[in-house]
Amino acid sequence: METHKLEDVIAAAPFFRGLDPAFCATIAGCGKHVRFEKGQTVYRQGDPADTFYVVQHGHVALELPGAGRPLVHQTLHDNDILNAAWVVPPYRCHSNARAVDTTVAIAFDAACLRGKCDADHDLGYELMKRFVPIVVERLNRARLQALDVYGPGSAG
Amino acid sequence: MSIAPSRSDPMVPRRFRIVEKIHETADTYTFTLVPVDGETACRFAPGQFNMLYLFGYGEVPISISGDPAAPERLVHTVRAMGSVTHAFATLEAGDMVGVRGPFGSAWPLAAAEGGDVLIVAGGLGLAPLRSAIYRLLAERDRYRRIAILHGARSPETILFAEELRQWRRNLDIACEVTVDYAGTDWHGRVGVITQLVALAGFDPQRVTTFVCGPEIMMRFSVEALKKQGVADERIHVSMERSMKCALGHCGHCQFGPAFLCKDGPVLSYDRIRNLVGIAEL
Repeated sequence: METHKLEDVIAAAPFFRGLDPAFCATIAGCGKHVRFEKGQTVYRQGDPADTFYVVQHGHVALELPGAGRPLVHQTLHDNDILNAAWVVPPYRCHSNARAVDTTVAIAFDAACLRGKCDADHDLGYELMKRFVPIVVERLNRARLQALDVYGPGSAG
Repeated sequence: MSIAPSRSDPMVPRRFRIVEKIHETADTYTFTLVPVDGETACRFAPGQFNMLYLFGYGEVPISISGDPAAPERLVHTVRAMGSVTHAFATLEAGDMVGVRGPFGSAWPLAAAEGGDVLIVAGGLGLAPLRSAIYRLLAERDRYRRIAILHGARSPETILFAEELRQWRRNLDIACEVTVDYAGTDWHGRVGVITQLVALAGFDPQRVTTFVCGPEIMMRFSVEALKKQGVADERIHVSMERSMKCALGHCGHCQFGPAFLCKDGPVLSYDRIRNLVGIAEL
């Protein structure tokens, strides 16, 4: 029953828009609803990237721990994807992720999903078509951040 | 739309006295000026700029950041980044400056009436847009959806933070702020301003967009707007180069066929789309 509900939730999520209902059912078998309380750590840098999340509602900060205070380099909000590292070897988390506010999400077992993608390349291709644009977009955003356009010497 | 300088000789500065100085961020100050001659300070259209003359140092073009409905005083926001603006930062209430202007083109607020308005302001780019926001809020019923997007380097560098809080509390407009990076004590958004564009909820066929900030930020913002289906002629940017005379005579601010001090600084993107990628300009 819960799996059926999850299928509907997945089908309605913008990230999965247009995905074949049969694929939604397959994916739902690897997913579950999760909730993080304000301040709760979702994962830490270096952890196995064994889960990725579709944020349904909430606010998650991605932090880079360093010698000084950690820096937040990105926040994620409703309908955002959390932890794209699940799809890239060696499957390790690149940042700390912390719930800034109470956050509800769909959590997907990455090993389960990778196995299903290996077994059905059509499913794998459909998922990669959705993940690659996100990775490219985040790369572009990181490039703009790295340019430090509002920094010293900038007219802005 | 353009409003001519109020004096007969546009090269002669009027003397203004500083009556208020607000410390906005570590390197940015807002000055309120009143004319020594006791006349109206400056009637201007949002988006226009003045040449501010600090005696003994030189002259710099600075956008007007005040309310166009309050012409009895002039408001400018200055970031200390060059020799003249660093000297400006040391001025206090009671000090005197010279002012020429207003000069240049304005945000096309009248043309935007009846449609959505999207403001995309990066860093100090919020200053020349604040005048437009004041006008939009004063004439709220003339527009459909109004959205203000502001991007800053970090929470400490957010310009006009208290006014942004007020605009965020205004249920009749949308206002989102993001910073490029933050400490863990920041509870707002972190990420580049371009990612807010898709969330702003405007009608691309009926929106007029005003974009101001560092040139790279404006180029990325224009790309984000075009991705949402906004036509070039609906995108207006404020281009700033080394304006000197502000009259289109000296040629310092030539940008292809345009002089930015006279034809700009506000230009529709369809006029300049073929020029922005040319490094030599």
